[in-house]
Amino acid sequence: MKKKFNLEDLDCANCARKMEDAIRKIDGVNDINISFMAQKLTIDADDDRFDEIMKEVVKACKKVEPDCNILM
Amino acid sequence: MTKKQKRELKRIIVAAVIFFVFMIGENIGLFPFMENSLIRFIIFLIPYYIVGRDVVLGALHGIKERDIFDEEFLMTVATIGAFAVGEYPEAAAVMLFYSVGEWFQSYAVGKSRRSIKELMDIAPEYANLLGEDGLTREVDPSEVKVGDIIMIKPGEKVPVDGEVIDGKSMMDTKAITGESVPRSTKPGDMIISGCINGEGLLKVKVLKKYEDSTVAKILDLVENASSKKSRTEKFITRFARVYTPIVVIGAVILAFVPPVLIYFGVAEGVLPESAAAGGLLEWIRRACTFLVISCPCALVISVPLSFFGGIGAASKAGVLVKGSNYLETLGELKMLVSDKTGTLTKGEFKVSSVMPEENRDEILRLAAYGESFSNHPIAGSVKSAYNKPVDEKLIESSENISGHGIRAVVSGKEILCGNDKLMRENKIEFTPCDNAGTVIYVAEDGKFKGTIIISDAIKEEAKEAVSAMKSAGVRDIIMLTGDRKNVGESVAAELGLTRAYTELLPGDKVGIVEELEGKLNAKEKLGFVGDGINDAPVLARADIGIAMGSMGSDAAIEAADVVIMDDNLMRIPQVIRIARKTLSIAKQNIVFAIGVKIVVLILGALGIANMWAAVFADTGVSFICVLNSMRSLKSK
Repeated sequence: MKKKFNLEDLDCANCARKMEDAIRKIDGVNDINISFMAQKLTIDADDDRFDEIMKEVVKACKKVEPDCNILM
Repeated sequence: MTKKQKRELKRIIVAAVIFFVFMIGENIGLFPFMENSLIRFIIFLIPYYIVGRDVVLGALHGIKERDIFDEEFLMTVATIGAFAVGEYPEAAAVMLFYSVGEWFQSYAVGKSRRSIKELMDIAPEYANLLGEDGLTREVDPSEVKVGDIIMIKPGEKVPVDGEVIDGKSMMDTKAITGESVPRSTKPGDMIISGCINGEGLLKVKVLKKYEDSTVAKILDLVENASSKKSRTEKFITRFARVYTPIVVIGAVILAFVPPVLIYFGVAEGVLPESAAAGGLLEWIRRACTFLVISCPCALVISVPLSFFGGIGAASKAGVLVKGSNYLETLGELKMLVSDKTGTLTKGEFKVSSVMPEENRDEILRLAAYGESFSNHPIAGSVKSAYNKPVDEKLIESSENISGHGIRAVVSGKEILCGNDKLMRENKIEFTPCDNAGTVIYVAEDGKFKGTIIISDAIKEEAKEAVSAMKSAGVRDIIMLTGDRKNVGESVAAELGLTRAYTELLPGDKVGIVEELEGKLNAKEKLGFVGDGINDAPVLARADIGIAMGSMGSDAAIEAADVVIMDDNLMRIPQVIRIARKTLSIAKQNIVFAIGVKIVVLILGALGIANMWAAVFADTGVSFICVLNSMRSLKSK
């Protein structure tokens, strides 16, 4: 399943890159893209575990940049 | 300004006031108590704490997550280092200066995000759905279903693609096509979402759901464009991954290796005593300078921003570029292969003459019946020249022979309409015609009846567009056409093309494009431009596929890498210029950012550049690069 989320207070392009790297390592994530300019996160992950994966994604983002929120 | 930006700005102002009051006061001897080192330390710690608290907390967070190459960690180490060597004002100033830089960077990015959003402000907010009671109510465009009737009032945005059933108006299509002349709209016309209605009230039948409508497709494309990264962006990402660790390791080496070497050098008598001046502290100070410069943010931010701006500028001109990588390829375009019909020519075929003229009605009738089931534009022009209803019950069979023509059986008689190959294959004696146009020979039951000549006009702007493409750096412009040699070559000569391949079957085009591609070196790119209807394989095969005149055509939007929303050939040189400018801005940023960083690193190692210069090399350079990137948004 492919889904798009808005990001808030994503201030650092290098952080966006690090978030991408971290999320890509999560099990079940097929594709991930963070657009720093559009402040959007596009994720393609396994359907049956999607919510679970999203929880890990939020955790991974918080690790990199505690200020940045994923709006769900 | 976002809440976070406002909060940050307040902190910066408060900290700056405190800092400058004490800094100036100390220098003019107003605050004698500052001679006490501890008091001086505490005083400069106050502004440092106000602006730097979040940075230090972020650094601690980074340590917890084992991400020590984090910008905040590096700033913290650098400033604590400055405090440790007794440079209190420098420590506070560096943190202050860093926060100012970060704030400006965030503000500039926010501003450019907004201007790009404004550019793409084509999403309709609501639709006026006409209920069964005859009243309209405002609903979200996504709630409208196919077949619903909506009303579009003057000045409103068209919410979904549809067909006008009542009312006349002028449609402003600028947001979608970049074309500034409004189009007239009357019942029966298709209208495209995202256009703005003029003075008239329109009643419209919905043909597509919002998600399938043009405007939703465009927004989706542009938003996803930045996910297809260009080579330049990929280079920067790779560079950023290795740059920071290398500089940090450099800083560690700089802090400890030279003082140890100098210590032994002096001890052995190889170096004079004066070489050890400053000692370990001096080298730690230089290492801190290194740490400040080690953040790759200027690069990581400015290159994608340039591409984003370039894509924004292109969509403002009515050209959709599906990814940064395609914009990059457009900038390197050396050879453009073009389809003829509908691309270089108008694609409006008109019967210009029928021979023999006295049998005109009879020949047109045979051809109209023969071509009745064909969707080819030529069939349309024959039918419109015949201008009488065709009784389809009389047509027993109809077969399309690719590259030749049509064989049909009408009222028991076999009709052949097509080119000379069709006539020869069926051993029909005919009078060959050399006219520069599309020639259709018509035969009935094996007997030649006559000839229809259909011609197509070259687009008004085609010649100007070809020369503009050449001056934009496209070396060869080549035309492919299924038309006869003399037709194709006369068009090619008139437009000043490099070469024309004529009398091609649809399947030949891919082979020719592959052959032409083989002649180019790796850095030269080949583009194909077509109307997107029969060109999907070639559009996909070329380095870059450009579809034209495809407003509302899903197939073309999907097959091509670049979509030109209106029919205007001048958009091609325009988008090439935008691409070139974007590439050069991205390169300027790379050279500038890396250049300044390397110079400051060298000067820092030699002890010439101080922390101030280092902060400029970090945030100042980012800020300048962001400003420079914004120029790509304004490309024309």
